[in-house]
Amino acid sequence: MTVLLPDSLDRACAQLADHPEAHVLAGGTDLMVEVNFGHRRPEAVLSLARVPELKGWGRDGDTLVLGAGVTYTELCDPAIAELAPALAQAARTVGSPQIRNAGTIGGNLGTGSPAGDTLPVLAALDATVELVSVTGRRTLPLAEYCIGPKRTARDATEIIASVSVPVARGPQEYLKVGPRNAMVISVAGLAAVADIEGRRVAVGLGSVGPVPLRAPEAEAWVVDRIDWSAGRLVDPADATEFGSLVAAAARPIDDHRATADYRRHCVSVLARRALTRMFAA
Amino acid sequence: MTAPEDYDLLVNGTEHHVVGAWIGESLLYVLRERLGLPGAKNACEQGECGSCSVMVDDRLVCSCLVLAASAVGTAITTVESLAPDGALSDVQQAFVDAGAVQCGFCTPGLVMAVEDLLARDAAPTELEVREAISGNLCRCTGYGRVIDAVRVAVRRRTGAEVA
Repeated sequence: MTVLLPDSLDRACAQLADHPEAHVLAGGTDLMVEVNFGHRRPEAVLSLARVPELKGWGRDGDTLVLGAGVTYTELCDPAIAELAPALAQAARTVGSPQIRNAGTIGGNLGTGSPAGDTLPVLAALDATVELVSVTGRRTLPLAEYCIGPKRTARDATEIIASVSVPVARGPQEYLKVGPRNAMVISVAGLAAVADIEGRRVAVGLGSVGPVPLRAPEAEAWVVDRIDWSAGRLVDPADATEFGSLVAAAARPIDDHRATADYRRHCVSVLARRALTRMFAA
Repeated sequence: MTAPEDYDLLVNGTEHHVVGAWIGESLLYVLRERLGLPGAKNACEQGECGSCSVMVDDRLVCSCLVLAASAVGTAITTVESLAPDGALSDVQQAFVDAGAVQCGFCTPGLVMAVEDLLARDAAPTELEVREAISGNLCRCTGYGRVIDAVRVAVRRRTGAEVA
């Protein structure tokens, strides 16, 4: 096994072009588990630990650009949380302080697990993923980036450079169900984001499909149930119907963490709760 | 660069030369088996239990999830640094005084997590204490005595009470 330690993004791309078999290492919270247990013995690992270009974040007008190396702890920082509240909420549900200090948003995207907690938020926000390689840069909408369970559109020679989301235009929520408040992989996760001026609500679902899902019918239905100038539901009871419509968009399976039926139930409760928190002030 | 088979790690202010290691070894394994620093404990090897917690460049992490060869050039701090002359740190003493040490296996990781918390926030609330130790499993104490230990440490350091 070879460990590559590039100290710039250009060098990282060049080394990955020479070693397309290399596993790209971000925070290590997924890869090292597999290595420790002997489930994976990569021939080469390309560590992004020393690539400074991936570590920053910034605001470009109405867009928040997050370097792939931004950690979950950094996502919880008030400066970012103010611009992307649901992303901060999702980050805070990940693992423990130790895991949040190591794991990164780029790593969450790189692994592409259906249970990745930032992914439903990125889906709801119509995020774009920036990929770089020696041949250039491209940006993909999240819906084109996630193509299956732990399968992404990233080419073996590409490095995830950043992810961009719109700055919050209204209330946002991320909620998840798991056996305890820390160190859990989501049984079901739900992000809801509102654009008050644009008069729309977007929903992202995690752990209830092969990729992060949206709930277009529920999103369309709820528009007329909100008094947008007051920022309130016209009838608070509508949150229950919203929950049912969102649950209908889930495509869960039975597995060792939960049954499909329970996951669908979770989604309906989380959607109702999220909408109520956003619009029942 | 490509990490050579042999590499140096800066641990507790001392450069250690790692020779003849497999390049895929975790920092936890290298600390314990190659550098003679067994303070960080090896239990789950998947970041679940926190017993291997160390600081890497001032960040509390699970050393089992750090690829040792990728930690070249960082400053690593382990629990051994807290009591270099054998005298316990105030947090360690608070653990002893509060009865937060039973079998002791989780203690080094919990002490590192509490040291990290108090370095960031000298007067945490109980909820903040619980969140700060949420990545450290203890199967003996039920955590009550651990939280008591943090109360003792905070009181002795600042005179304040954990709310």
